[in-house]
Amino acid sequence: MNRNGRRSSAASRRDTNLPCPCRQRVAGAFFIQKNGESVVSFVSLNNIVKRFGAVTAVHRMSVEIPQGSFVTLLGPSGCGKTTTLRMIAGLLDPSEGDIVIDGQKINDIPIHKRNLGIVFQNYALFPHKTIAQNVAFGLKYRDVSKDEAAKRVRDALELVQLPDVGDRYPAQLSGGQQQRIALARAIVVEPSVLLLDEPLSALDANLREDMRIELKRIQHQTGITTIFVTHDQSEALAMSDMVIVMSKGRVEQIGPPEEVYNRPQSEFIASFLGTSNLLDVASAARENGAIRLDVPPLGSLALPEANAPAEGAENLKLVLRAEKIHLLPADAPADNRFAVEGTVETVDYQGQAARYFLRIGDTQFQAINMIDKSPFSEGEKVSVRFQGEDCVCIAGDAA
Amino acid sequence: MSWLLIRVYTLLVYLFMFLPVAVVVLLSFNDNEFGSFPITGVSLRWFLKLAHNDAILRAFQTSIVLGALTAVISTTLGVLASLALVRYRMPGKNMISTLLIAPILVPEVVLAVALLLFLNALSLPKSFPLLLMGHVIFTLPFVVLVVQARLIGIRRDVEEAAMSLGASPVQTFFQITLPLLAPAVFAGMLFAFTISFDDITGTLFWKPGGVETVPTQIFAMLRNSISPEINALGTVMIVLTVGLPLLGVGIARTRSLRHGS
Repeated sequence: MNRNGRRSSAASRRDTNLPCPCRQRVAGAFFIQKNGESVVSFVSLNNIVKRFGAVTAVHRMSVEIPQGSFVTLLGPSGCGKTTTLRMIAGLLDPSEGDIVIDGQKINDIPIHKRNLGIVFQNYALFPHKTIAQNVAFGLKYRDVSKDEAAKRVRDALELVQLPDVGDRYPAQLSGGQQQRIALARAIVVEPSVLLLDEPLSALDANLREDMRIELKRIQHQTGITTIFVTHDQSEALAMSDMVIVMSKGRVEQIGPPEEVYNRPQSEFIASFLGTSNLLDVASAARENGAIRLDVPPLGSLALPEANAPAEGAENLKLVLRAEKIHLLPADAPADNRFAVEGTVETVDYQGQAARYFLRIGDTQFQAINMIDKSPFSEGEKVSVRFQGEDCVCIAGDAA
Repeated sequence: MSWLLIRVYTLLVYLFMFLPVAVVVLLSFNDNEFGSFPITGVSLRWFLKLAHNDAILRAFQTSIVLGALTAVISTTLGVLASLALVRYRMPGKNMISTLLIAPILVPEVVLAVALLLFLNALSLPKSFPLLLMGHVIFTLPFVVLVVQARLIGIRRDVEEAAMSLGASPVQTFFQITLPLLAPAVFAGMLFAFTISFDDITGTLFWKPGGVETVPTQIFAMLRNSISPEINALGTVMIVLTVGLPLLGVGIARTRSLRHGS
């Protein structure tokens, strides 16, 4: 069984505290060819489909997840992200397609033999068992000696920074503490993959941010390949090595958080992540390394060609992120940025920043700016500035 | 003033309900040859006489065996039925659920006659296993109702968590589901036992010749005379049927205290 090998490597990793174990753990994984590049893939979903009766919850999804990475399935509720996670977990059977973990097809392996760690939204601790018994539960089904089990439970409780609660019952802990215990229980068995199903959603806002950092630290420290499901974009962007954005059962885009945020590939992503202005492109022309767009009401502007889709794309749209727009007083001197005059319609004051609703020509725009002294006031004329390279041109949905 | 009236009224209602029971208990300790007032002296002679009455001892034995078997079978079936009804999707689920609960709604006499006719149609003679079957049929709904209510409260993800940690479905049931279900299982068992122990209507119809349970034995004795022995027997019945559930509640309470929840 290679579980033993994995265990010892995990233990030594914890001791020596390697900065990023993910890059060191290439051995044992397998290589696949994708678009000519080799990708180290640990978890693969190959064309998986899930139907519930006449409803298709997941459409032909293919994803490669590298070993040791933190991958997030992000999307609005009902997009199929939890369904996907439950298929990987073995709680649902895919209607079609293969799920491969560590080179082994696991479709027909029942959940209790998959060696996974799952953390649920509502903690799912065993209320009739003490914290120590909860954490030790998974070790009962693995050939671990009593002493070894006790030591691993202690280590796990220490890892989640709750070393002294072993004798208590779940009901005696707060929500945040219970979720830490749930995490300890999942990682103490040294799972090949850690699955997190909206683990922070039941916590209140402040705690959620603390737990976010905590979770990321623990994942780094243990190097366990982690798949995280959330509908919260800030969680996804803050924690992930790779984000998989889903909508209506389909993958919209896969990439590192910066890429998904800054280079959205669809209208859905542009409007789902952050605040964007989406404008119809009237005409486009390519000229040595740049693309020149005519976008009413802004006029003509140039983008690096890298920010535009391949030639032949239709229904072009310009994506202009609200925080990439800078507002200056109307009489500010010109600089090398694109400038257009606009009028402030509404100000949504948020303390350190403000969200402005602007009118440029007939179109309403949104801009988010840090506030230096006092925000612009409603009705004020402003100079709207942004840079062509901060804009992205995408192929929009068919009209 | 109105509060005083309410208090007095409440007291009267309780007296009306419990005075007859109290009288039975009191008279069971009466030394007098006739089971009526005035009380002439305190004695345990009727209890002693009861302890030497072979018919009654046999009836007790029958009732306890019948009650215990009913409790075990009914609870086992009830837990399995509840699991199926709560945890799995299946066609006709609501129908099955209604059918399982139906024996509560049907008057017991009707149920008793129906089962008897059914047995006749199959030309099966009356026997102890068939009596047991009858008791299981009408205690099952109570078990199903109690266990189902509890099972709905046990989150599915707790079981899923156990399986993800390596427990097989069977291990998960015995490690997680059953312990969490235990109070309801226990309550269901007590219900089944006391209902079976108390039952007379169905038992009168179903019991084979020569077999008497405690209630049918009392019934038979009453036809001849009202002996003070019956008062003593009544007292024993009250202690058993009231005491057992109280004991159960007590155990459940100490268990939940220990878990600090």
